[in-house]
Amino acid sequence: MKAGAKFAVGGALILVTVGYLMASGIKETGVYYLTPAELSEKVRVDGRIYDAGIKIGARVVRGSIQRDVASQTITFRVSDGVASYPVIYRGLAPDTFTDEAEVVVEGRLQRDGTFRATTLLAKCGSRFEAAPQQAGA
Amino acid sequence: MTDLGSIALWIALLIAGWGSAVAFVGGIKGRAELAASAERAVYVVWGLMLVASAGLIRALLTHDFNIEYVASYTSRNLPLYYTWSAFYAGQKGSLLFWALVVSTFGTFALAANRGKYRELLPYVAGVVCAVVFFFVLVMVFTANPFERLPFTPADGNGLNPQLQNPGMTIHPPMLYLGYTSITIPFAFAVAALVSGRLDTGWIHAIRRWTLLSWLFLSCGIVLGMWWAYVELGWGGFWAWDPVENASFLPWLTMTAFLHSVMIQEKRGMLKKWNLGLIVGSFVLSIFGTFITRSGVIASVHSFTQSGVGYYFLVFLVVSAVAGFALLWWRWPRLEAESQLESMVSREAAFLFNNLIFIVIAFSVLWGTLFPILSEWIKGTKVTVGPPFFNQVNVPLGLLLLFLTGVGPLVAWRQASTANLRRQFLWPLAALALTVVALVALRMPDGWAIAAFGLSAFVVGTVTQEFVRGTGARMRLHQENPVMALGRLIGRNRRRYGGYIVHLGIVMLFVGFAGQAFRVDQEATLRPGQAAEIRSPYGHTYRLVHQGVSQYEQLNRFVSAASVDVYRDDVFTGALKSEKRQHLNSLGRPTFEPSTEVGIRSDVREDLYIVYAGSVEGTEEAVYRFTITPLVWWVWYGGMVLVAGGLVAMWPGGGGPTAASRRRAEPAGYVAQVAG
Repeated sequence: MKAGAKFAVGGALILVTVGYLMASGIKETGVYYLTPAELSEKVRVDGRIYDAGIKIGARVVRGSIQRDVASQTITFRVSDGVASYPVIYRGLAPDTFTDEAEVVVEGRLQRDGTFRATTLLAKCGSRFEAAPQQAGA
Repeated sequence: MTDLGSIALWIALLIAGWGSAVAFVGGIKGRAELAASAERAVYVVWGLMLVASAGLIRALLTHDFNIEYVASYTSRNLPLYYTWSAFYAGQKGSLLFWALVVSTFGTFALAANRGKYRELLPYVAGVVCAVVFFFVLVMVFTANPFERLPFTPADGNGLNPQLQNPGMTIHPPMLYLGYTSITIPFAFAVAALVSGRLDTGWIHAIRRWTLLSWLFLSCGIVLGMWWAYVELGWGGFWAWDPVENASFLPWLTMTAFLHSVMIQEKRGMLKKWNLGLIVGSFVLSIFGTFITRSGVIASVHSFTQSGVGYYFLVFLVVSAVAGFALLWWRWPRLEAESQLESMVSREAAFLFNNLIFIVIAFSVLWGTLFPILSEWIKGTKVTVGPPFFNQVNVPLGLLLLFLTGVGPLVAWRQASTANLRRQFLWPLAALALTVVALVALRMPDGWAIAAFGLSAFVVGTVTQEFVRGTGARMRLHQENPVMALGRLIGRNRRRYGGYIVHLGIVMLFVGFAGQAFRVDQEATLRPGQAAEIRSPYGHTYRLVHQGVSQYEQLNRFVSAASVDVYRDDVFTGALKSEKRQHLNSLGRPTFEPSTEVGIRSDVREDLYIVYAGSVEGTEEAVYRFTITPLVWWVWYGGMVLVAGGLVAMWPGGGGPTAASRRRAEPAGYVAQVAG
């Protein structure tokens, strides 16, 4: 076999392996990324949603954050203006996690309708770019 | 001065537009005066960008809060060096910074190559002008850094506390420099394609530029990792976030190019591939900018969504289509001059190296874009996170680490058994020894064992090269070991610089492997109470909470919690972590509170403490303690890598005299690209 052909075989082997790793990686670790409205729609049509990993991207409802420092548990509601879900998160919240912050919570939806989050990311509009100033507009 | 800056932008828009148009017309029609005009346009645009930048910096330093950008990013009590960094901290300023850097690089590239590459330079000027034109266009029409407010606020918003970090003052410019400097190799690649001068001329012209942008990108990425580690408080430095991935993608393709270009220089192969890599790297650098600024993919790092994204999307598509269409047009003239002769050869090792780099880039791109792709195809957004990227990239990374050892030592064309034995006996022994030792020590992670074993292999090959090279010089030139080593590196900078880079890469891999052994623990402690945590090495850390103190400092109010650290009951010092509430000049809180972590780092492991807050106004504090082995190796590996890159890039040391001298030295050790 010529070297070029051998290289092609070796290359194909790598590509197939990587293709397999990618496909299985997506299957095993991919999570739905939904807004609260999309999640409530999914809940209506698909009962299996409770077994799937989910990320919710939404805004923290103002005044809903309750921190229990002793047990390091944070409960709050997220909403997109259409639907809203209560979230329970155990762990340390990032500094940018505040009222009205845009958050991404990852975890699973419980059958009682609460969302148990294992990760909590907060993105703040003022992070790199100041929020548009009403007075200046 | 500010209005001058604004006017400079408008003039630059016209001149850059003129420059890019006449460059191509002049080049194609062979009208020298138009081509010369395009080159002069680059110089003029550079001057205008300097004026505009000076205008913005002056406005920042004089606190001209009538300018929206100044009011948004600075305040009267912001320390001076962060006021400087506000130049590129926001969207608009960073666009100006980008245009400034592209025009600066363009100017230097043209000046450095004056009198050479006559057929190429007009197009180079044209591409530089086109890129600057685009950035100025975006500024003038949607993101003008000189935009005025209808009133003048008494004070500005101030800079986000998370950007008030020394690493953050140099990380963004480094990345921007990396992204932008790819414009020059891209410009030369386009010039080669348009002019049809497809010999190795364009490659010689850009060799240092590609290395330079690779260095900037590497610096930017490592600094970004460091910033994330010390500032974000989650204890890691890489989360496979879209914005991180966006900077990693062009780095991958540039690294692939730096290797494959040697095959083209030496054997006349891979011409299409190399042009494709350069065009691809440029497109990916624009893609990175698009990702960061458009908000199409949710990321914690991105700028706020804005119309700027659409401009970048159009620019991305135009440059990709133009670049690859030119490549397709010249395809028949880019045939390889030789063929791959054996699988056991340096060519084959480099081909696999390139294949793996591209496969990694593809998988990272795929994972990054998957939310968009899945929404198109299946109607629901599905995201993938670190497990996906690690699952795919850990095996590929290790394969690449193996090739890092093999590539530089295996013979060109076809390696003989004798060559293999001579080059790989000792390194393979080092690999075997390391693996056996780690298994005997019951290291619990198979991937980490593989990483350490392969690291030993690469260190073995590099050490062997240095020892043999130094020995050869000592015999041939009767030099002492230090002088021989110094001259060995000095006379073959590209090659030995490359080896030093490889050592840096090994150190990075060692640091990454250490991540597998990270331990976390959260604890709520009253003053005097202690938490215990076992390090992966078997030490027991006892952390005694000392209390929380509160004070004002610079532009912030600080609550600092501290612990005394005992390792195996021996006191090793105190560590503190702070919550900072930044204040404006009226003493009112601005931004959310931010956290300063406490880190105690040594060669073996990092102890990382985060003060997460207190229980209702008491001194009872909530902490997270993390022990991560080998983090030190990431930062120092990064420095070694940059040092190696500088050695490889340093002018001289690779001329024809060096090449002929090399021919006189023993074969096998010599097989190297002529500089």
